[in-house]
Amino acid sequence: MIRLLLTPTRLGRLLPLWLLLAPALIWLVGLILLPHLDLLWLSLQTRGDGGGDYTFGAGNYLTFFDEPLYWRTFARTAVMSLIATALTLVTAFPIAWYLAKIAQGRLRQLLFVLCLLPFWVSEMVRTFGWILLLQSNGVIPHLLQRFGFTDQPVELLYHDATILLGLVYSSLLFMVIPLANTLDTLDDSLVEAAYNLGGNGVSILRDIVLPHAAPGIAAGTIVVFMLTLGNYLSPVLLGGKNSLWFTEQIYNQFITRFNWQQGAAFGFLLLILSTLLVWAGLKLTGQSFGEAMRKS
Amino acid sequence: MIPSLPQHPLAKLMQHGYAAAFYLFLFLPLAVVLLFAFNNADYPAPPWHGATLDWFFANGAGGRTGLFHDDELLASIGNSLLVACWVAVLSVVVGTCNAFLLERTQFRGKRVFSLAILLPLVIPGVILGISILAFASKIALLAEDLWGWELDFLRPGLPLVVFGQFSYIVTIATLTIAARLKRFDRSLEEAAFNLGASRAATFCTITLPYLRPVLFGSFAMAFLLSFENFNTTLMLAGSEPPLTILMYGRMRNGATPVLNAISLVLMLTSALLALAMMRRKREHH
Repeated sequence: MIRLLLTPTRLGRLLPLWLLLAPALIWLVGLILLPHLDLLWLSLQTRGDGGGDYTFGAGNYLTFFDEPLYWRTFARTAVMSLIATALTLVTAFPIAWYLAKIAQGRLRQLLFVLCLLPFWVSEMVRTFGWILLLQSNGVIPHLLQRFGFTDQPVELLYHDATILLGLVYSSLLFMVIPLANTLDTLDDSLVEAAYNLGGNGVSILRDIVLPHAAPGIAAGTIVVFMLTLGNYLSPVLLGGKNSLWFTEQIYNQFITRFNWQQGAAFGFLLLILSTLLVWAGLKLTGQSFGEAMRKS
Repeated sequence: MIPSLPQHPLAKLMQHGYAAAFYLFLFLPLAVVLLFAFNNADYPAPPWHGATLDWFFANGAGGRTGLFHDDELLASIGNSLLVACWVAVLSVVVGTCNAFLLERTQFRGKRVFSLAILLPLVIPGVILGISILAFASKIALLAEDLWGWELDFLRPGLPLVVFGQFSYIVTIATLTIAARLKRFDRSLEEAAFNLGASRAATFCTITLPYLRPVLFGSFAMAFLLSFENFNTTLMLAGSEPPLTILMYGRMRNGATPVLNAISLVLMLTSALLALAMMRRKREHH
């Protein structure tokens, strides 16, 4: 309780609370709640057949299901995000283990800092680096040609694999940190005991390490999946015209075609997908939303 | 496996090899960006043509305009700094209010409130952007129809960018500040009250100094998040683009090494900021 709340009158009791609450309410209602309700309303405005007035209806959502390009892009974004999340987990796990269990003392501190540093640099700069490495006149094609692996420069940009690479790269930190934190709390003697009782690498990983790391895996996976689904830069810059990413569709509807109603419907579909999968992830692992968010 | 267990030397070698490869992967793109800021060629691509500082200092006379003479780029940095200052100040002030609400008060609906403040982290940045864009233009339209007001700050531009970025960065500031407030020893405040200090005096001499490091820390973090934000900004930027938006446009139209030069400056700044914050953190533990 705030001390001031002890003043006897009701007004004197409630005033400080309201003063503290006011900015939060303006923020949550004015910048989050109302804009999203407005977006929902906007997405339900359908242009009439004659092209004139707008009427209330689910027309924009029907367009989404009618037009293969739209729902395919949507499904593709979801599947690619799942693949990218799985790849991130597989790539990050050994490093989290290395940071938590193998590296010691100063080396460990140094490695932690080194792991954080690239993520202090803007995603734009990191993606730019990958473009310089992978484009057809870039560093890697240049070196491949120089050392005789290819006859002429190969284009390494604009493939699905390139998009995945970019997505994994920009998500690694959000997986490594929660994983390393949970692995750090795993008591070494448990692993030693399992070994003494005849366990091998695979059975120890399956029966001891993974169950212990489950909360970290869940938190990391959920955050990475959300970030990947909503990512714009990596798919668009590394995938070019072939990227077919759903956030790009939203941008196109809003900014290029100026069809805000359709764009709003797309936005809501993405929001629903993201929320559903996060919710499913939390249900599967039996965690509460607040817990998982605070861990990451 | 952990070092205390016997293990094949090859397995050990593989562990260290993987770690080395991982860090190479992490830093390779950054190293390439840095390297080509100094290449004496018009495109940031191999082969190496020798070193130059043109991409920083050339004044346009020789057909090259370096970073420090590129007015468009400098203006966009100015825009980004302005936006980042506003976002950081707003986030820290509102974040502090929220932290006190979370840690020090009880009210009906607090559980809902503590979940609601997490929402902006789950909403993709692009959607935050479009929802605020659509809502703001609706209000602007309404104000014009009803009262004939011209509310230009509700059209795409820097003020909207500030709103958009603030809407989720404040959540991060709130969580950071609340985490420190939680660890505060309330008996210190009670001691001050018992010694006759007023509420305000206690706040200024006990609570605020305790919170100062985290306030600075979350200011820096909010500043950086704002400066680097792309997704939300993309939807809300108007005719005065912040740096990330300008860089994006130039990257799509064929990058020049000026982008490497500005990237180098960004990297140095954020590395310094990161190291300073880590040092501060260590001192306070």
